[in-house]
Amino acid sequence: MIKERVSTSPDERGYYGKFGGAFIPEMLYPNVEELRRRYLEIMHEAAFQMEYRDLLRDYVGRPSPLYLAGRLSAKYNTRIYLKREDLNHTGAHKINNTIGQILLAQRLGKRRIIAETGAGQHGVATATVCALKGIECIVYMGEKDIERQAPNVARMKMLGAKVVPATSGSKTLKDATNEAIRDWINNPVDTHYIIGSVVGPHPYPDLVARFQSVISEETRAQLKEKTGSELPTHVIACVGGGSNAAGAFYHFLEEGEVELIAVEAAGHGIHSGMSAATTQLGKPGILHGSRSYVMQTEDGQVVEPHSISAGLDYPGIGPLHAYLFDSGRATFLSATDDEAVAAAFELTRLEGIIPALESAHAVAALDQLQLNEQDTVVLCLSGRGDKDMATYMRVMEGGNI
Amino acid sequence: MSRITELFKRKSSKVLNVYCTAGFPRLDSTLEVMKALQDNGADLIELGMPYSDPLADGPVIQASSTVALSNGMTLATLFGQLARMRESIGVPVLLMGYMNPVLQYGFERFCADAAAAGVDGLILPDLPIYEFETEYGPVMRKCGLDFVFLVTPETSPERIRQVDGLSSGFLYAVSSSSTTGKDKDMGEQEAYFARLQQMQLKNPVLVGFGIRDRGTFEAACRHANGAIIGTAYIRALEGGADVGAATKKFLSGILGPAEASGAAKKSAI
Repeated sequence: MIKERVSTSPDERGYYGKFGGAFIPEMLYPNVEELRRRYLEIMHEAAFQMEYRDLLRDYVGRPSPLYLAGRLSAKYNTRIYLKREDLNHTGAHKINNTIGQILLAQRLGKRRIIAETGAGQHGVATATVCALKGIECIVYMGEKDIERQAPNVARMKMLGAKVVPATSGSKTLKDATNEAIRDWINNPVDTHYIIGSVVGPHPYPDLVARFQSVISEETRAQLKEKTGSELPTHVIACVGGGSNAAGAFYHFLEEGEVELIAVEAAGHGIHSGMSAATTQLGKPGILHGSRSYVMQTEDGQVVEPHSISAGLDYPGIGPLHAYLFDSGRATFLSATDDEAVAAAFELTRLEGIIPALESAHAVAALDQLQLNEQDTVVLCLSGRGDKDMATYMRVMEGGNI
Repeated sequence: MSRITELFKRKSSKVLNVYCTAGFPRLDSTLEVMKALQDNGADLIELGMPYSDPLADGPVIQASSTVALSNGMTLATLFGQLARMRESIGVPVLLMGYMNPVLQYGFERFCADAAAAGVDGLILPDLPIYEFETEYGPVMRKCGLDFVFLVTPETSPERIRQVDGLSSGFLYAVSSSSTTGKDKDMGEQEAYFARLQQMQLKNPVLVGFGIRDRGTFEAACRHANGAIIGTAYIRALEGGADVGAATKKFLSGILGPAEASGAAKKSAI
């Protein structure tokens, strides 16, 4: 495929090529339109930037280190730098976005925050910033996920959030998203919806990508310092909705010589019927307000995906990624549940870093690349593995994962 | 002139549009439900195409869609059921649903099949204005299908004028910024309906969302050409109720017994 030059921003209607837009019912229009009209102006205010940067530094702990993983590099006969988003407060990249959006919500005069969450990482990151700012927080979470993710549910409650079970449809992330959107329809004036990934109607994909772009902004500066060049040869990140990948790719999108590699969750295998590899299995469609690749039946009903990693278990993908896939600007690979678990153990033993299962998918993709000693690889280690210990413990006990 | 336009020419007040979900309560009950609605006084029928992720609907209608999908309803099945619709259904029929299943079916094929079955118009709440104007509207017009936009109390007057200009058939005024099935005080909404009425719009206005009984229906009709009932009727069909009896009881509760049976005689073919 031809690698066309791509832009970091969507057009004025929120399209990246033919993907994106704002396919929303009229009841949502005022909320989304208010956000669309004001997000860039607010984000560009000096006072906003100062507060955002200060919080990222003093509260989140940024810049996150760019770590040359020596033993992992030796194994692949190349240079691999890990972008340590796992060291952020709350344990993942999610907080980069929630810090930005809570400041945005304050400036929009909102007094109530809603969010959706799957595994609970975005829910925890949202509950955290709401506690920080003393703002009411309601998190929608699939009834099934509430049962599976008890520690994160407890964290959200301790942080003062109300966790509301989504009992409709398949009772997982996509249904939690539906419920959050319905809440927003019913509370159009005082509520801001902090969406957790680069999905949803315009301007959300762009908004979230901009807040996450701090990842690649720092990476460029850190690489320059460590290697003399701002540009790596490869950037690797896992993709569910795609927010850490959007952030890791963002400032490299227009650098055609940097290979961008997105790793999806293959679950039990792409063609097993138990997978979440949206670009491989999905067709263009509309989900949660934007046109993108969607995993669906022949009749256009959205299907329930599967991944061992709850953060990648989403039947869609952000429209920016759909565009990167379609245009060939990014290469899309996938890793199965088993490959991700094996990669998590390998990284732990080689580097003393226990990764989140999501990030382990990115690590697993190293096996699929032809790397050499001249390459400089940046791998976005999006989160830490504390939340996944129950799964890792089952593996060590020799049980089924 | 479309069947919908003809209806409003004949009847400009207390027009009753009732929503039902295709394939609910049973896969093969679609036409039976539509016939019962027509026979008991519905002036229009809004037939919902079930979707797994219906954002603009509330839990009751979503649950009916979930049942319809597990009954096996698909667009292909639905068009099969509707092939002989016009042998028994004389009232205007609109299909309501979401973009994704329609796009998978193929938009042009969808419009052609709908028109061939005798469907009069479409309501697709997640189709935005720009995409309607540039891509999808012309296909609908080519097939002679009306398209109905929604407006809410938060929709600006300029935007109301814009969608009134683009809509044909009628304009769907959501009675509050809420998903279907939420009870709201109709009194609070009356100023909004009155404002719409004063705008002298091109299209008739039907008020939807939150209409559940005679009182709310009458209140909605004071400032609009009629109203749309969805959730309350789906509730009446839940739990294995006999479709004919449940529909008769429900609509006589909305219209009053005399009007309901009178309407049945008028609309019989």
